[in-house]
Amino acid sequence: MREFDYYRAGSVRDAAKRLAASGNAMLLAGGMTLLPALKMRLNEPSELIDLGGIDELKGVKLSRKGAHIGATTTHVEVAGNVELRAAIPVISQAAESIGDPQVRNRGTLGGSVANNDPAADYPAVALGLGATIITNKRKISADSFFVGLFETALGTGEMVTEVLFPLPQRAGYAKFPNPATRYALVGVCVAQFKSGVRVAVTGAGPSVYRLEDFEEALEGDFSSDALDGLSVSAANLNDDMHASAEYRAHLVGVMARRAVAMALD
Amino acid sequence: MSGGMGIGAAAPRSEDRRFITGRGRYVDDINLRSQQYAWFVRSPHPHAEVRSIDAGQALEMPGVTAVLTGADLEADEVGSLPVAWGITSVDGSPAVEPGFPALADGRVRYVGNPVAVVIAETRAAARDAAEAVNVHYEELDSVSSAAAAMEEGAPQIHEAAEGNLCFNWEWLPSAMAPDAKANTEKALKEAAHVVSLELVNNRLVPNAMEPRASLADFNPATGQLTLYTTSQNPHVNRLLLCTATLKMPEHKVRVVAPDVGGGFGSKIYHYAEELVVCWASRRLGVPVKWTAERSESFLGDAQGRDHLTRVELALDAEARFTALRVDTIANLGSYVSTFGAAVPTVFYGPLLAGVYKTPNIYATVKGVFTNTTPTDAYRGAGRPEACYLIERVVDEAAAQLGMDPAEIRRRNFIQPDEFPYQSPVGQLYDSGEFEGCLDLAMEINGYAGFDERRKQSEARGRLRGRGMSFYIEACGAAPSQAAGQLGARAGLYEVATVRVHPTGAVQVMTGTHSHGQSHETTFAQIVSDRLGVDFANVEIVHGDTGEVPFGMGTYASRSLAVGGSALVKALDKVVEKGRKIAAHLLEAAAGDIEFSDGQFRVAGTDRQVAFGDVALAAYVPHNYPLQELEPGLEETSFFDPENFTFPSGCYICEVEVDTETGVVEIRDFVAADDFGNIINPMVVEGQVHGGLAQGIGQALMEHCRYTPEGQLLTGSYMDYCMPRADDLPSFKVATRCTPTPFNPLGAKGCGEAGAIGAPPAVMNAVLDALRPLGVKHIDMPATPNAVWWAIEAARSGE
Ligand SMILES: Cc1cc2nc3c(=O)[nH]c(=O)nc-3n(C[C@H](O)[C@H](O)[C@H](O)COP(=O)(O)OP(=O)(O)OC[C@H]3O[C@@H](n4cnc5c(N)ncnc54)[C@H](O)[C@@H]3O)c2cc1C
Repeated sequence: MREFDYYRAGSVRDAAKRLAASGNAMLLAGGMTLLPALKMRLNEPSELIDLGGIDELKGVKLSRKGAHIGATTTHVEVAGNVELRAAIPVISQAAESIGDPQVRNRGTLGGSVANNDPAADYPAVALGLGATIITNKRKISADSFFVGLFETALGTGEMVTEVLFPLPQRAGYAKFPNPATRYALVGVCVAQFKSGVRVAVTGAGPSVYRLEDFEEALEGDFSSDALDGLSVSAANLNDDMHASAEYRAHLVGVMARRAVAMALD
Repeated sequence: MSGGMGIGAAAPRSEDRRFITGRGRYVDDINLRSQQYAWFVRSPHPHAEVRSIDAGQALEMPGVTAVLTGADLEADEVGSLPVAWGITSVDGSPAVEPGFPALADGRVRYVGNPVAVVIAETRAAARDAAEAVNVHYEELDSVSSAAAAMEEGAPQIHEAAEGNLCFNWEWLPSAMAPDAKANTEKALKEAAHVVSLELVNNRLVPNAMEPRASLADFNPATGQLTLYTTSQNPHVNRLLLCTATLKMPEHKVRVVAPDVGGGFGSKIYHYAEELVVCWASRRLGVPVKWTAERSESFLGDAQGRDHLTRVELALDAEARFTALRVDTIANLGSYVSTFGAAVPTVFYGPLLAGVYKTPNIYATVKGVFTNTTPTDAYRGAGRPEACYLIERVVDEAAAQLGMDPAEIRRRNFIQPDEFPYQSPVGQLYDSGEFEGCLDLAMEINGYAGFDERRKQSEARGRLRGRGMSFYIEACGAAPSQAAGQLGARAGLYEVATVRVHPTGAVQVMTGTHSHGQSHETTFAQIVSDRLGVDFANVEIVHGDTGEVPFGMGTYASRSLAVGGSALVKALDKVVEKGRKIAAHLLEAAAGDIEFSDGQFRVAGTDRQVAFGDVALAAYVPHNYPLQELEPGLEETSFFDPENFTFPSGCYICEVEVDTETGVVEIRDFVAADDFGNIINPMVVEGQVHGGLAQGIGQALMEHCRYTPEGQLLTGSYMDYCMPRADDLPSFKVATRCTPTPFNPLGAKGCGEAGAIGAPPAVMNAVLDALRPLGVKHIDMPATPNAVWWAIEAARSGE
């Protein structure tokens, strides 16, 4: 870790102003990703702007549109919210599958989506449910938010303030944890809406992505059997010591079936 | 009088209060005035010439005191890191022991090889400056696997080691057993069945919870050096510092190993970092501290295992083992670590008989240099490797012959009336009742109900498998003369001083060291039991060469068997002297004095004097036989064991495999161990649990991997997969006891058992589950990816 200044922001405006003023400042949410990166000197910001003191960024609200979750709501708060679990259980399930208790007590939704780790869980649920990522400047659909490896549509000086998850008819998230990290080696979120079915995959590729042929098959028949005969190509999938690309491709199919079964359960 | 905390009691651990409340005192908790910090510049290349080191910019940075390199080390005549056990090749030549300089001498041979050290006023300043040290490397070809390093044209790592061969060792050597090789070959030729396997014993990273740390404090005024270091054996570190590297007289060097958070072998050795901080402190006249980052532990702590073995087992028509032949290639890493050459040889070959009466055994081991972190002893050290191949090939034989794995073992066991049993590979086994242990494990497992459980698993879409292993290991290192004949360059006795204070409170100074083994509890139980003093009135002192007589430390499950025995001998002397004092006080003959429950009593009378009063008389000798006896009550004993001890045990594991994902889940795990006599069953159970966790970790999760060139791929917990509590089942542990006759406690040792017996039990279970699918082989670790691929390959007929 190198020396940096620390600033505890009082409001979104305050944080945004501060962020805009310094070319080299970074936002600090739970710090679960950022602090290890600082210790390993992978990031060397001049200043950390702590979002932890901003009340408007915290909490879960339900409306007709769906679930509005503030950017600094921790994983444990999301997992423990009873109304949310009744309305969209898949979000709670994904939140409680993240890391360990320490990580869930500190890590936040906004930090997770902004970071867009290729193996993170929230991006799959956000893309699977077709969420809207709300920033201090605009609203961005999940389809255009998650751009690539650790890359999002966020511009400079822009921060996530809230994520709006629409209410599905049913949804499921099946995660195959990486045995070492317990991030998703492969995670699949399946959600059925009146307007159609969405299938999002995390862990398998460079960034979360949708699986269109699975969506089509499930639109005709929302059952695990509908996916029989569909296979996933290993081309362009992640290949590492924990899982070869072929194994990941196979797991995408298995996890998709399990997600459908969970949705139907 | 022992307060119920004598031998056999599950006394709660005395040390837990300070550990659980954060009052432990580890090396990094110690801070001295004017202390400075060391940060090492390490090689990013697996193999390179160091053309130049430019420290100019680093030296100008704020807070930087010095940048030291291998050239400075050489100028100060600091010795190379020593090898403490020499090995001899088949042709009689000694193993190649290339120097292992603490800072590179012009060539680096593994990623992480220390090249220079920065000493600065803060850790951050040292680290910043280390990044500014400009090292000009000229990269060389490199190789990480031992098999590849032996190929023609492989990069040469040490000039002296042609073909990267450190040694080519055989067991037994022809000088000791001229016919072993020929007889083994003959038996293989004439066998009714020969079963052979090629096995990989995966490389592991020890991962002690506390990373290594060293703080050296040289006092220029007195010439005294004090080293606080994370060591399992402070006297060994002092010995090596004084004789091999820093070359100072022992009375000028004090080594303190305070609370140490786990070692598993990795804290036995005399490491570069500890030497460099001592030397830097001596050069600069200030205390110097180094604390490893976890990433440095991955690069710098000696690693474990890494064998490639071909094993052949010959059986007669009745499935009796007639011969075992073993060919192993052991990856030593880039240099020979302290015990690096001994672990895959003398800690391995002599255990190849297992628990069976195999008459002919012959093994060869090639020790090979590669561009990887050096390997050395890691929990079990050679015995897990031996046990793994024996128990895998025995199970494979059972499968090929369609026999029950329990039955094939029964048929070949050494029988209880055959002890002491001379094995064909040079060990004299002390005691055991292998069938009894097997029956105990089978009973706890509910062996007969397996088929029903298998059906239930199948109904849930899971394949169930059961695996068994029966390990035996040599603990209680070691009879010094036998070890010396095998190449040990040190004695392996142990020592204890019992200091009885005037009030009868007792302090024990032991040469063993506890870094998780609970000596403060179990050793106090022995004292409490033997002297009848209250458990709370006993204190165990260890880990400080300034306080403790010369002992050899803790590894190889030796502390109780050897250190506990030294303690018993010292206690016996205390009682003997006490008896004479009591005889005087009671005006009786010493021969008539009995001692029990803390009372010296004239036999057959009620005339008695309490231990505490005898102690007081020894220190206030007003009424005391001063003509015959010295005052005071303090005794020291050294114990050099006659033989090793041989714990053994039967492990049974049941797994379920999800064939869709390749996930293996352990459903049942039984460990039935024979550790001889047990002092504290709770502590023993804890040791077994920890060992099992590491053994299961090796079987299913852990694997230290390098690129073919030697870049470490598993350099953090993001990639190196450690077992977590919820990866493990609730263990069912039980013990049977056949005391060893070779030490006064009848205790064998329990520290490594789990890590030795678990891997084959787990792998045999995985294979048992997968055989119906046609899977014949799988190497550790059986990760989901590996299991899925094995199933795919079997399905496609590969
Ligand atoms: C041991 C461990 C295990 C983990 N396991 C999992 C797992 O299983 N699944 C999983 O999905 N994740 C896992 N994580 C990651 C965890 O979920 C983190 O919480 C998350 O990745 C980052 O959230 P944070 O609040 O800690 O963000 P921080 O670390 O504070 O920030 C991360 C990045 O996002 C930026 N940022 C933060 N907030 C905002 C915002 N509101 N707007 C714009 N940018 C912002 C920061 O500047 C930084 O670049 C794990 C982490 C650890 C340490």
